[in-house]
Order: sequence, then structure tokens, then C-alpha cells
Amino acid sequence: MDRRSFLTKSTALGCSLAASPALAPISFASAPGNNRLVVIILRGGMDGMAAVAPYGDPDFAALRGQIPLGAKGYSDLDGYYALHPGLRGLLPLWQDGQLGFVHAVSTPYRNKRSHFDGQDLLEAGVADLATGNARDGWLNRMMGAVPGMNMDSAYAIGGDALTILDGSFPVNRWSPDVDLALTPQAIRLAELVMQDDPVMAASLAEAFKLATADGDPIAVQGGMDEMMSMVAQDQAASRKSGYENRLAKFAAGRLKQDARIASFSLNGWDTHAAQDRQLGRSFSTLSDVVLTLKSELEEAVWNNTAIVAVTEFGRTARLNGTNGTDHGTGGAMILAGGAIRGGRVYADWPGLSDANLFQGRDLTPTRDLRAYAGWLMHGLFGLQSSTIEREIFPQLDLGVDPGLLL
Amino acid sequence: MTFDPITAEIRFGCGLSPKIDPPSSVDEMLDGLVGADKMSEWFRIPSFQEFSKRLVRAQALKKQRRMQSDGADSEELRKQIRLLNKAARQDHFDWLGSHILRRTYSETPFRERLEGFWADHFTAAGKGGLLRRAVSPFVQSAIRPNMAGAFEDLLIAAVTHPLVVHYLDQVGSTGPNSIRATNKPGKFGLNENLAREILELHTLGVAGPYTQTDVRELAELLTGLTSQASKGRQFKTNMAEPGSETVLGKSYSGSRPDFGDIEEVLRDLARHPATARHMAGKLAVHFVSDTPDPALVDALERTWRDSDGNLSEVYGALLKHPAAWWTDTHNVKKPFEYISSAARALAIPPKTIQRFQEKEMRQRISEPLRLMGHIWQKPSGPDGLEEADGEWLTPQGVAARLQWAVIVPQLLMPRLPDPREFVDIALGGRASEAVRFAASAAESRAEGVGLVLISPAFQRM
Repeated sequence: MDRRSFLTKSTALGCSLAASPALAPISFASAPGNNRLVVIILRGGMDGMAAVAPYGDPDFAALRGQIPLGAKGYSDLDGYYALHPGLRGLLPLWQDGQLGFVHAVSTPYRNKRSHFDGQDLLEAGVADLATGNARDGWLNRMMGAVPGMNMDSAYAIGGDALTILDGSFPVNRWSPDVDLALTPQAIRLAELVMQDDPVMAASLAEAFKLATADGDPIAVQGGMDEMMSMVAQDQAASRKSGYENRLAKFAAGRLKQDARIASFSLNGWDTHAAQDRQLGRSFSTLSDVVLTLKSELEEAVWNNTAIVAVTEFGRTARLNGTNGTDHGTGGAMILAGGAIRGGRVYADWPGLSDANLFQGRDLTPTRDLRAYAGWLMHGLFGLQSSTIEREIFPQLDLGVDPGLLL
Repeated sequence: MTFDPITAEIRFGCGLSPKIDPPSSVDEMLDGLVGADKMSEWFRIPSFQEFSKRLVRAQALKKQRRMQSDGADSEELRKQIRLLNKAARQDHFDWLGSHILRRTYSETPFRERLEGFWADHFTAAGKGGLLRRAVSPFVQSAIRPNMAGAFEDLLIAAVTHPLVVHYLDQVGSTGPNSIRATNKPGKFGLNENLAREILELHTLGVAGPYTQTDVRELAELLTGLTSQASKGRQFKTNMAEPGSETVLGKSYSGSRPDFGDIEEVLRDLARHPATARHMAGKLAVHFVSDTPDPALVDALERTWRDSDGNLSEVYGALLKHPAAWWTDTHNVKKPFEYISSAARALAIPPKTIQRFQEKEMRQRISEPLRLMGHIWQKPSGPDGLEEADGEWLTPQGVAARLQWAVIVPQLLMPRLPDPREFVDIALGGRASEAVRFAASAAESRAEGVGLVLISPAFQRM
């Protein structure tokens, strides 16, 4: 094969790739509506009782000590719950009814308290990993159930796996830090080389598509020097702002266009020792991410957006011997966005007396967090509750609509 | 299928090299684990003990600074602390270079791969200050010398090491009825983290037969184990929970608590059948396939149980099993395996990378690793790197590999090889027509080499 015939062939390959079912839009029959859902996974087990401290519970102080209220401490929310100082930046949203919380919830995961199993279960959205309900994620199953969703509708963002979006429905995966600069010849040859391996070929095709979507073309003219300086510029740009905010910015950019679903993770929640300091940092990152989404989405889109932050489990009700908390059970979800009916904490509060704690140590979950996620889908995308209970969260009883949305 | 040199070098080694012959037998590979450690001599990484001197120095400077807060002296101290931090950061990158060069030049590359496997199994990192640079010295001291003997010795060396004790929050864990806790009620207590991860990650596995009560009892049994920068691992009787603890039905620590109790429970956990099962699966997945032949896992488990976890025997069982050599499925190289096997295929000269300053190492190695999905020595959790190939073959992961492959190799050596020859050096007969064509049709050496390195045949093991 000489270069000319190869180039002809690679063009043909390029075409056939674009027309392949994996890359083609599923359907243009109906649009998936205007609502947006952002799911943030807080990996490590976020301490719900620190995020939203139930300081009005008579047994709280015995477990956690007196929490400082006021300008430098926790902010009172409603006389019963108080907001962690690291989340203070979100208070205006609370006052505008665009920030809410769900408390004393968990996945069905019990007893072993492993992060990794806990996260698998959270993302799979099933009751039990052992019963082998396919290893796909609930957001992916949702994509398949909502009419009009297509391959541009969902983005899994960042460097990690996000199995919540794994599954048969095509979604986009990208990390805003990755950018490509290649000569046109290298682009074509890379496509050719990858044809030996369908999985890698599909990833590369998507990479080329997404790297172009930021408006900065992949192909560089002028050869290697030009390419190297472009890569150096990209690296420098990516160091400038925090990684988490870049995730949020990228998510907002896609959501303002065709995307309706975005998901990414934030780390830093496994706070076994001296947790005040670490939680302060992690909460303020989360707060920045929410505020970045708000400012980048701008009012019209923000008003149609629901953000939900979930975690694999809560932490022990008591502080441990090193001023941290160990792996627990019941925890909290954080809700934000213009579509949210905020300004309130949704909870069937179980109480914190010894007898009320789960196994004498953890906050008792009084409801499955999947029920709240399910009702969000119902409200945002018009899914029937029977569909949710059958296809998205199999065997879940959705129960009463908590009315999380405006 | 049985042993073949090329598969041995790619799957169980660090990839093909133009300078080093692949092994000629399984026995040669196993012998390589116990012979002289030439790579540690050539490409140095200090012991943890040596590294600790710097920790002690940093602590002394900080203490001095706290004591004299007045102007000029304090400024001078701050400068010294800054320089110490800077030197530690440069060392951290130099050691990353050493790890790459060891994989580039090792004649016993299975040893390097095992180091990678066990360093990941016992994932640990410093959470602040200079300790963040301690991972390589930890691996050099606790992992590398203990990879060919009994698993229980490796387990004890790793999980009682100061870095793991720190990383999994054991340092302050205090028995609720210990002398220390009784003297100051409400100030000290238990931390479950190390106990849980020993059971879940290091020994039995999450499917193992343990309960929350076992976690708690093991945590109590571990109390007393702590560490100090100046003294390393410590056992402090006044922090230890008095009385006996029962883990998996066996009672430990009858009379006086001491470190021997901790060793005893770790030896029992290491020999537990659930540990054999867990580790057999983990080794097979890491070295062979995401979905290994069940017969291979069974064979490893049997050998583990029969030998009480003698690691050399387990590796022997792995390398002698036909399913280890099947070539219809291939794992994908993880980011560090990818970059270091490229360095080996290129036989990059040690001097170039050894001269890199922090900035160059960041741009050329650690930032690309991050974009490929692996933040070097900054784990997101104690469970280590993902084994599933799909985790690494995301669009962003593949894009980051492609960008690295066409740009960075030329910065690692004065002159790149001819891509048409490099195809055979790097792929040893696994080259497809497409990659041969791409190597010859590329517009520059850099792109030609990059296209070989991005080829599926090179990315898979």
C-alpha cells in the first residue's frame, strides 16, 4: 500500500466510522426536553452529619460535641440543622430556595462498609451486587428509558471510571484536561493503526470528536515544533484553575448545548482523623463546583438544572478516637440548582439516641437514596414510576413523592 | 500453551528491549527474584530509614521556628524549610526516573513488575508535608526485599510500616481502656481504618468471612502500633487496649499487649484460606486477564494454601500454568507500564532523564501519567489502581497516550530509532500490516515511533 492509496482508504475508514451504529445518533424523533441533571459522586464516604449537623437533636452534642455557630462556625438553617462552615458559600442559594438536603438516607448497602463495594452499589443502583443485576450504571439505564436522549445527551467527565454511566446506551467520556495536537497525517495514521482493536478504535474516534468540540482543532499545521508548543500551552492552561472547577466548567459548557446529563466525582471524603480540616477543604471545593456550575450555566439553563451529590455511605455518628469518623451507614445527599425546591432538609429523622443508631454506631438510614434519585428523574424527564422501579432501580419501592422539584 | 520468551517479556516483564534478551525459561525468571539486585545499585532510591533523616530535620526546623518567632532568624529558618521541601520534590521526581530506568534496563524485569503489583496492593502515601515524598523509599524498604518469601513477612513489613500506619490513620488509634485513654478521658480512642483495610484489601478480601465485630476487635488488637518520624515504627504499651481480642474466632493478646500479638494475627490472616482465594484471583487478574481462566486461579489458590503463602512457589504456579500463556486475551498496560515499556523499547539513555529538573519531569512524565488516569504516588484511595482494562481505555486515556507517544520519546533521547526497525524491536512479531504501514508512512521519526507505541499490539500485554 502506498501513501496515496492509504489516504484514500483512511478517508473511507473515516466515513464508515462516522456511520457506525456506535457513533450515530440514536434518534432525532423527539428532544429530551430542557431539564438537566448533574450527578456528583462524593467518593470516600461523605460525613452527612458534618455537612448538615442535626444540632437540634438532643443527643447530637454527646456524639459530636458542641458545634460552633455563627460567622466563623456553622450556619443555622432552620433551628434544627446547621450547615458546615466549608459550605457557607452556598448560603445564598439556600436563601433563594436553590439548595436543599436529604438526610438519613443510604443505598441498600449494609454491614461491610467497604468504600469500593459501596461505590459499586451506588453507581449500579441495585439492591445487591451479588444478585448479578448487570454491571451497568443507573444513569445509563435512565438514558435508555427517556425518549429523545441521544449520544450527545450524556457526559461522564474526568479521569475516573464513573460506572454510573456504564452500559449499552452510548455516552461521552472526556476529561477537559486532555487536548490533542497532531499533524493531519498522524491523525489519519493513528486511526489506521487502531483498526486492529475495536475498543481502542472507538475510544480514539470519540477522543478526536471531543477534542475538536472545544473549538480548538486537533490538527496542527507546521509540524512537530508547533505541536509541542500547543501541548505545552494546554498543560499550562490546565494548571491555572483547580481541577474540580475545570470539570464543572466543562460540564456547564456541554449542558448549555445538547447535553442533559453530566456526572463527575469529587474525592477527599474519607475523613478518619482530624476531619475538621480536611472536610473544610472538601466542602469548599464542592461549594466552588456548585457555584461554578451556576455562573457558567447562566440563569436560563440553571433554572432547569438539578444537581445532586451522592456518596457511598455516611460515617459513624460518634467521632472516633482521632477526631475523625469511621465508615458508617446513613448519610446525606446535597441538592442544588434552579429546578430544586430548596431551602429545606428532606428527612424522616431517626434520632440519635443509642437505641436509634444503626447497630449502635451509625446514623440509621430511614429511606433509600435511590427513591430520591428516582423522583428527580420522574420530575425532570417524565419517567413513569413503574419504569423507574422496573428498569432503573429494580425492586425499589419509590414510595411517596417528596416533591424535590419546583 | 507454555512458556515463550516474547510473551514472558511482554506480559510478565517490562516489554521488549533492543539491548536485553528475553528470559529463556520460567526458572530463569524465578531465579531473577532472589539474585543480586543490580537495579537498586544502578538506579538508587534510598531506604525509608535514610529518607527519615530528612523528616527529622524538617521537624527540628519547624520546632525551632515555632520557638523563635522574631524576624530575621525566623526568615532564615523558613528559607531552609523551603529548600528542604524543594530538594524533596526534586528527589521525588528523580526516583520516578529511577523506577523508569530500572524497568528500562532490568535483566530480571519480573521483579520490577512484582514490585509494582505489591506496591499497589499495599497502597500508601503521605498525606502532607515531606511524607508525601515517602512512597518510593517505603517500597524500597518494605516491599522490594520481601517479594519472594512468605506473604506473611511481606504483610507484616508493609502494614506495620510507618507510612502505612500514617496513611491508614493508625498513628493516633488508642485502646478505649488503655492507660493513655484512661488518664485523659474523652481525648483518645480507636480508629478502625487500618484494621478494616487489612481485612478487606490486604488479606481476606471484601468477600471474606469477617464482620464489623472482627474489624473492631482487630482495631483494638492493633492499638499500641504507631510511629514517629525520628524512631520509625513504635509499639506503645500505654496506647494498647488491655485484655484479649477475638478476631475470626481466635483469641489474641492474653496477658500483656505487645507487638508479637499483632504479628501473630497478621500471620494467621496471611495463611487464611480466604486470603489464598483473594490473592490468587488478584495475581491472575493483574498479570494475565481481567477474566482469568478459573483453573489458573484454582491452581494459584492451591499452591498458596499448600505453601502457607510462599510467594516464589505461587509465582512458579502462575508461570507454569498453561492459561498464563494464552494469547487470545491481553491485558492493557496501565499508564506507568505503558510509559516504562516505551522507555525500554527505546532503550533511553539514563543520563537524559536523570538530568531532568522537576519541571521537565512534570511535563514529560507525571502530567502525562495523570492524564492517562494515574496520579503518580498520590492514590485516591487505599485500593490502588483499577485492574479493569476499560478503566484505562477511555477516550481521554487513549488520547493522552497518543499525545505522549508522538511528542515525548524524542525528548528522552538524542535520536529516535528508524520507525521501520522500531516496529520489530517494540512488537517482536506482533506487528500488524497496519502498524508496519503507519511506521513507514509517517512524516517524521517522532510520529513513526509514536504510531508504533500507540498500536494495540504495544498497548496490550
